[in-house]
Amino acid sequence: MRRWISRQALLIDYTLSALARRGGRSLGLLVVYAGVVFLLASTMLFTNALRSEARAILAHSPEVLLQKLKAGRHSYLTQADLDRLGRLRGVSRIEGRKWGYFFDPVFGATYTLMAPASNSPGRGKIHVGDGVARTRGLSTGDTLALRSAAGGLHVFTVERLFSPESSLVAADLIVMHPADWGAFFELPDDVFTDAALSVVNPLEVRSIARKVGDRIPETRVILREEILRTYDALFDWREGLLLALASMAVAAFAILAWNQASGLSVDERREIGILKAIGWDTRDVLTMKLWEGTLISGAAFFLGFLGAFVHVFHFEAALIAPALKGWSVLYPRLVLTPSVDAVSFLTLGLLTVLPFTLATLVPAWRAAITDPDEVMRGTT
Amino acid sequence: MSALIELSGVTKVFHEGRHNALVALEGIDLAIEEGRITVLKGPSGSGKTTLLTILGCLARPTAGRVRVAGEVVSNLPETFLADMRRRTFGVVFQQFHLVTGLSALTNVMLPAYPTGRRHGEIARRAGALLHQLGLARLAQARVEWLSGGEQQRVAIARALINDPPVILADEPTANLDSALSAEFLGILGGLRDEGRTVILSSHDPRVCDAPLVDHVVRLLDGKLAA
Repeated sequence: MRRWISRQALLIDYTLSALARRGGRSLGLLVVYAGVVFLLASTMLFTNALRSEARAILAHSPEVLLQKLKAGRHSYLTQADLDRLGRLRGVSRIEGRKWGYFFDPVFGATYTLMAPASNSPGRGKIHVGDGVARTRGLSTGDTLALRSAAGGLHVFTVERLFSPESSLVAADLIVMHPADWGAFFELPDDVFTDAALSVVNPLEVRSIARKVGDRIPETRVILREEILRTYDALFDWREGLLLALASMAVAAFAILAWNQASGLSVDERREIGILKAIGWDTRDVLTMKLWEGTLISGAAFFLGFLGAFVHVFHFEAALIAPALKGWSVLYPRLVLTPSVDAVSFLTLGLLTVLPFTLATLVPAWRAAITDPDEVMRGTT
Repeated sequence: MSALIELSGVTKVFHEGRHNALVALEGIDLAIEEGRITVLKGPSGSGKTTLLTILGCLARPTAGRVRVAGEVVSNLPETFLADMRRRTFGVVFQQFHLVTGLSALTNVMLPAYPTGRRHGEIARRAGALLHQLGLARLAQARVEWLSGGEQQRVAIARALINDPPVILADEPTANLDSALSAEFLGILGGLRDEGRTVILSSHDPRVCDAPLVDHVVRLLDGKLAA
């Protein structure tokens, strides 16, 4: 065993010196390879983190949402509608929610104006999301003037700013008193944009959704699991789009790797011939080439993955976020929780390290079976 | 003296079965005795290098049998053959065939890498050989910076790193002037005095006619000449 370890150490030593001698080419390959891993890993890490973030946030959202439809379009629920629901078995709470959109023509951004039934700010006070605060340059105590659709100017005082951690769901949010909300949108007090139902047993959500549909047929019932599925599908689609683009980079890289490996230079072939003539056998040459592939691909994978980790969790995935998050004036400032999914990590490793190592082995084997006497004759 | 290497009925055909088949050696019976300097002599194309590669187990004969230290090696699998070659033979090539970009010391160490000996142990042995051949101060110099004579001495040190009993040298003086050729022959004499067997291929009269040569094998058109 000691001899085996010592032999591997010597072969690695030789491999490193060979890579150093071909410094420019080795470095070029390493940079391209690490770049491909960086792109793939950034996409995977970012979409995984977004999914986790969405799950974590939605974990505290209501299990069932109810929207009223009129002529197939979203309409307002009234207190009378909520009264029709009455007491539903398994539902612990029914809450009418007030929210709406406001387009700010000055900044070209759309805000979500919301008035919670409880814990809302006082009259004339608002709580604003990170994105709104950033866009309008607001801090606590500042005033914000919004002109409603009817033309009236409404002035609010910023009482609180939401933390950047809540940015994914609250970037564009302005929370106000229900009376202010009604005045701004010129809506009566007893109308609601939708209703949230809290369900005691999560296994019963489908049955409750059916009952709601029976009681108020002109409604749309949205389950939390459906929202999660929509998020997953959305991120899957965007991730797929980027991965499809990245796969072209991978394919180009595979061709480069194959070309690099199969096109062993005359010097490399000569070197292999010399090694065989001075006592190395095919197995030694292949082991050396295997180490070469492993060292390059391992280093590239490590650098690419590390770069992607820093890119996604430290620099908020600045290079790929626009494509994956979708377009918005109020991009949420995401502080994603660093996490690495083991399956994704291994998949990425297998997809990048293995093909390269194999691509380098086949041509190396062809060179390694060279008869050592060819060196003696000068034909290698 | 006992025969260290024995060839019986050895024939070597290149591109066998093709239209351009070439018979390089035909029916060679030869015994190389231990502890002697043997020169394979003959004009260009007579089969000297081919015979040297077969003697050194660098190539297999198309027909016939090769014995090394009494063991038939001509049909050994490649792994065993490589191991035996490493233990038994050290080779000095006509063009030296050093690996450029590496130091003289590393070049000397290369044949010992697959043996699994410790790096320090191999480096000490390589350093001692370079010292013995007067190259201690150039141990860390890259081989492409060395003169022809220095490169050849590095190649000799490399051939000796695994302490083989047999040294093979192909046209060793072809690229050397008279002074360096004489120096080289002096080194060979020293190797023989250490008990090693030396086999050279050469048509250089300075080598073939040198007094220290024990045995001259004459080749002509792939056959042993009288």
